Amino acid sequence: MPDMNSQTDLPAYSSTITREALRVSQVTFRWDQSQGPIAFPEITLNNGEHLFLRGPSGSGKSTLLSLLGGLILPDTGKLTLLGEDLASLTSGQRDRFRADHMGVIFQQFNLVPYLTTLDNVMLPCRLSRKRRARALPTPEKEAESLLTALGIPPSHWHRRVTGLSVGQQQRVAAARALTGGPELILADEPTSALDSDNRDRFIELLLGLAAEKHSSVVFVSHDQSLAARFDHQLALEVTQ
Amino acid sequence: MNLRLACSLAMASLWYRRKVLALVTLTLTLSITLLLGVQYLRTEVKQTFTNTISGTDLIVGARSGQLNLLLYTIFHIGDATNNIRWSTFQKLQGDQRIDWLVPISLGDSYRGHRVVGTNEEFPKHFRYGRDQTPELNEGEWFNDVFEVVLGARVARKHDHQLGDDIILSHGGGKTSFSNHKDTPFTVSGVLAPTGTPVDQAVYVSLEGLEAIHIGWESGVAIPGRTVTPEQALERDLTPGSITAALIGIERKVLTFQVQREINEFREEPLSAILPGVALSELWRIMGQFETALLAITGFVVITSLIGLIAVLLTLQVQRRQEVAILRATGASPLLIAALHVIECVLLAVAACVLALMAGAAGIVGLSPWLLETWGIQIGLRPLNGMEWLMIASVPVAAFLVGLIPALQAWRGSRKQGLGHVMAE
Repeated sequence: MPDMNSQTDLPAYSSTITREALRVSQVTFRWDQSQGPIAFPEITLNNGEHLFLRGPSGSGKSTLLSLLGGLILPDTGKLTLLGEDLASLTSGQRDRFRADHMGVIFQQFNLVPYLTTLDNVMLPCRLSRKRRARALPTPEKEAESLLTALGIPPSHWHRRVTGLSVGQQQRVAAARALTGGPELILADEPTSALDSDNRDRFIELLLGLAAEKHSSVVFVSHDQSLAARFDHQLALEVTQ
Repeated sequence: MNLRLACSLAMASLWYRRKVLALVTLTLTLSITLLLGVQYLRTEVKQTFTNTISGTDLIVGARSGQLNLLLYTIFHIGDATNNIRWSTFQKLQGDQRIDWLVPISLGDSYRGHRVVGTNEEFPKHFRYGRDQTPELNEGEWFNDVFEVVLGARVARKHDHQLGDDIILSHGGGKTSFSNHKDTPFTVSGVLAPTGTPVDQAVYVSLEGLEAIHIGWESGVAIPGRTVTPEQALERDLTPGSITAALIGIERKVLTFQVQREINEFREEPLSAILPGVALSELWRIMGQFETALLAITGFVVITSLIGLIAVLLTLQVQRRQEVAILRATGASPLLIAALHVIECVLLAVAACVLALMAGAAGIVGLSPWLLETWGIQIGLRPLNGMEWLMIASVPVAAFLVGLIPALQAWRGSRKQGLGHVMAE
């Protein structure tokens, strides 16, 4: 079996080589022939900057995140992440790229149910050597300090995640996305299941910790009131 | 691929789903226990079977097939078609090439157990297992006309002690209406358990059998013609005929020569058989049945593996979210597929370990009962190559069938977008 999670022949992506976190240029994608293609606007985001993406359902928000995550490739146009053209990578290399350089937060059900809180947070460090190397002083210590910063009580750390509240689960997911300081964090409506108090606290903590780790956040939401906290914002339109 | 991560995830996942998986694992465990048990018993029964007689070079009886002769003389199954004359036996005794002869006279029973008429040559020359002689547990071999030696099981079943008087029945069967009640026998000895039909028989002298049949010439006791033990002892008790004889020949090269001569004996039709050859022919017949049984248990294992896959495929629907998280975190489709295969193999290995423990416990627990009821002596022994191969084949089969959900997961996760939204 090819060794997909430990190969090291990819160039090192860091802010010293490029200052650009992502560039989307003339990208279109269609899921199947019966639907028309979705065309995406031009997007450029520098390292450490945060982008707020807003759009009604059907505007291709989730599709854009799948493209950015390297799970699917654009039909036309060019998608560059950290100076690397995703289309030039094999699917295995894209999986590795995601493990090394991205953190992902979903709307809900973010955690592997059979792992403890701490194991969920450390999952990226087990999948990527680079993330492990950047999780300082150790993956476990970093996870603990992230959980502390995100307000998860230590009594939950070694327990299975099924006992956590929805708000706590989203914060554990944020800790997982942040661990090992990835260059890019993709967040797919992570606050939609939270009440307004939890939501504000979540965004504050996420953006604060992302700034500490010099990570760029691409935040998808339909909640316009959150947009003000971001460096850039972009609205997606329904293209059909 | 990160195999260590896959293994630790698989184990955590199995433990998380242990309640659902416990039942299929139990099914698999039972079927493996069955498979191993059948194979183990097969080997053991064959061993016990071939251990029934050893050291005897020829068995001589009236003309019949070799299986029939073997069955009634050694296994005490079925009846003799005819007897051989005492004069023939004496003639064989005079043969220089034959080193020893054990006469065997059958026909009566004691509460369903065969009565074997023989002489003092029997304990000296009869061998079973690895050249073992039947040992007396207590008492001594019969010295007197009306003394009897009991097989281990007979004594235990009917709780007989030395000195007990027992009444033999005429003919076979568990309940006989014609008993030799005028001529009781006294227990002079009890044999140690052998795990062979010897345990199920009672041994008396040829003269004793002759004595109790005085007045029974027509098959039933004719009133006025039967005798008391005291009267019997005054008669000539030399037997007129016996059922069969076991023959020992020291110079093995002469065996076939003697066999041929006995088969061509002019004065009466006789058969001489080689016990080893007859045993293997008998085993060949029984062996087919056992092979069929083994094949059936093999199918039971395959059925339970299919059940396992059915459960794993059902669980896969619930696991979509978990797969989405792993994929988003950077796990390759290969890792997702490996997770499924590893889980399947781990379950099979767990089932094998449980089956081994259950099997060992079963053998230890059941062996006294098996010896008691069926006369099969089974003990724990290290598994042989064939049995290890069978156990090893279960995880291998699990690996192969585990490829089904793995392939499905692999295909699914390749098509999946970020998150669960595009999973359909």
